Amino acid sequence: MIEVRDLHRRFGEVVAVDGVSFAAADGRITGLLGPNGAGKTTTLRMLYALLKPDRGRVLVDGVDAVAEPEAARRRLGVLPDSRGLYKRLTARENVEYFGRLNGLDEAQLRARTDALIQALDMRAIEHRRADGFSQGQRVKTAIARALVHDPRNVVLDEPTNGLDVMATRAMRAFLRRLRDEGRCILFSSHIMQEVAALCDRVVVIAHGRVVAAGTPDEIRDRTGEANLEEAFVKLIGSDEGLLA
Amino acid sequence: MREGSGFEPPPAPRVRRGWRVVFCKEIVENARDRRALSSALLYGPLLGPVLFAAMMAFILGQQREDAEKQLELPVAGAEHAPNLVRFLETQGIVVVTAPADPEAAVCDQQQDVILVIPPDFGERWSRGEPAVVELLQDQSRRRARIPVDRVTAQLERYAAQIGLLRLQLRGIAPQLASPLIVADRDLSTPQSRAGLMMAMLPYFLVLSAFVGGMYLAIDTTAGERERQSLEPLLITPQPRAQIMAGKLLATAVYAAASLLIGVLAFAIAIRFVPTAQLGFELSLSPAAVALICAVILPVALLASSAQTVVASFSKSFREAQTYLQFLILVPAVPSIIMAASPMRAEPWTIATPLFSQSVLIYTIARGEPVTPGEVLLSVATTLLLAVALGWIAVRLYRREQVVFGG
Repeated sequence: MIEVRDLHRRFGEVVAVDGVSFAAADGRITGLLGPNGAGKTTTLRMLYALLKPDRGRVLVDGVDAVAEPEAARRRLGVLPDSRGLYKRLTARENVEYFGRLNGLDEAQLRARTDALIQALDMRAIEHRRADGFSQGQRVKTAIARALVHDPRNVVLDEPTNGLDVMATRAMRAFLRRLRDEGRCILFSSHIMQEVAALCDRVVVIAHGRVVAAGTPDEIRDRTGEANLEEAFVKLIGSDEGLLA
Repeated sequence: MREGSGFEPPPAPRVRRGWRVVFCKEIVENARDRRALSSALLYGPLLGPVLFAAMMAFILGQQREDAEKQLELPVAGAEHAPNLVRFLETQGIVVVTAPADPEAAVCDQQQDVILVIPPDFGERWSRGEPAVVELLQDQSRRRARIPVDRVTAQLERYAAQIGLLRLQLRGIAPQLASPLIVADRDLSTPQSRAGLMMAMLPYFLVLSAFVGGMYLAIDTTAGERERQSLEPLLITPQPRAQIMAGKLLATAVYAAASLLIGVLAFAIAIRFVPTAQLGFELSLSPAAVALICAVILPVALLASSAQTVVASFSKSFREAQTYLQFLILVPAVPSIIMAASPMRAEPWTIATPLFSQSVLIYTIARGEPVTPGEVLLSVATTLLLAVALGWIAVRLYRREQVVFGG
């Protein structure tokens, strides 16, 4: 369960996030939809305590991410905007490194890494060095390392960026599986199709504010547009930066 | 994928373990990188000693050559002082005709030294007045000093001889004209003469620590940011101090390896310097080598934390490399000062990192004793500065901007 209450953040004169509130429930996929530059990445970075909000609160399973950033991070698995791997380590070593940093003991580490390598279909690259991985292989490894400590809450910043169609489909299936295990999934995207196809709940962000929240059906009803795409454009005010 | 029980977050990572995880990973990862490995085990340690041995062999060879060479002395106006010229020739100096423009020849470095005898030499000589000769030379040229000294010595001998003759002719005891005789006694021992040449040695050793750790200092900071693995690392539950401690110590291990190989390479390289012919010894006993290691080892940590701090400000690998190439010149300052005017071991030099290594290694290389207290003070102050810089690096990593660079 992730709760965000009235987050504000500015960089110099630029107001990046201007009063964002939403909640992402366990067993649900929540999509953060907005055009590029709407404040999605900044919101997520405050959520996993990389940036401090100027104002507002973030609660991860009730733990205050501002007051106790390290405790909050233990409850979060994060696929951040930057997802670089260590090229001279194998896929497995990359995942294990983050398991150790999360305090897993060797037995837990082996069990969790094995389970993720199987679930993400990474056997072929398990013992290969990350140098020369395809985009899909890189994202898989980055997701495995984000989930190695078995977090209840999973945050992904534009997880399908750069993936081809097959990899995107596999990713969606994987996210549904995580949801069905009872986890809280929060991901950001600027791609409407993806949000429509995957989300139980949508939070639409524009200009650093939440302009709408609800199920895709509720959003269609509220805007009076039968077409979800038209509904989004109406909410955001323009179709700039939004990919259909 | 999830078996059984609910999602209990793993227990808080044992804080003491975090640095070890980072440390082991950085050691292993960089051991797989040919650039990191070769700079720590090859270029770093060998650059200094090889450069040093080559430089010293060149200087020594040159000095010997100059001292033994038959000296050719261009003389302008030889016809004004035939007796003087004949005297010089009996002393093994080959007098040749000077070029048309003697001053230009010295300025252009075509000649080391030229003797100019003015036309009024004979006239003043016969009147018993001091006759003037000019020795054209460039004092800023080290190599020219040996022929200049030789010619000056011969001219002074000639002047003294004639002076004695003149006094005797007038019936005065020559001793009356020499109320004071300065006798030079060279008290330098063979080792101390060699030690002067070794004033630059500490820098060459310190250099190997900087070169050996440079790659890791960049790779673990600016490199990590450039390849976009910094953000994932910083959002693990590990405190920044643990992450930074692991990175710093891994860098220090590579720097220390480079340093130790450098000291050994130097102890070996020094045997190939042709010092025997010059009559002084240049060798380091195993005990001296061990002592040098003890004195210089803390520099590995100091170099690592200084380089890490600088690299932490850089946005990219290349930018960090540029800064660090300048940083490497800083430790040369104490050695250059030492070479210009050797300092004794005083409390302030022993308490100043990099200065203390310069002074102590210089002292050890001269074969003189250093006290355990001096070594301890040097080690302690150097480690203190290293830890202070390491703490600055941690502070830099606690800032939000660290993710974005700068």
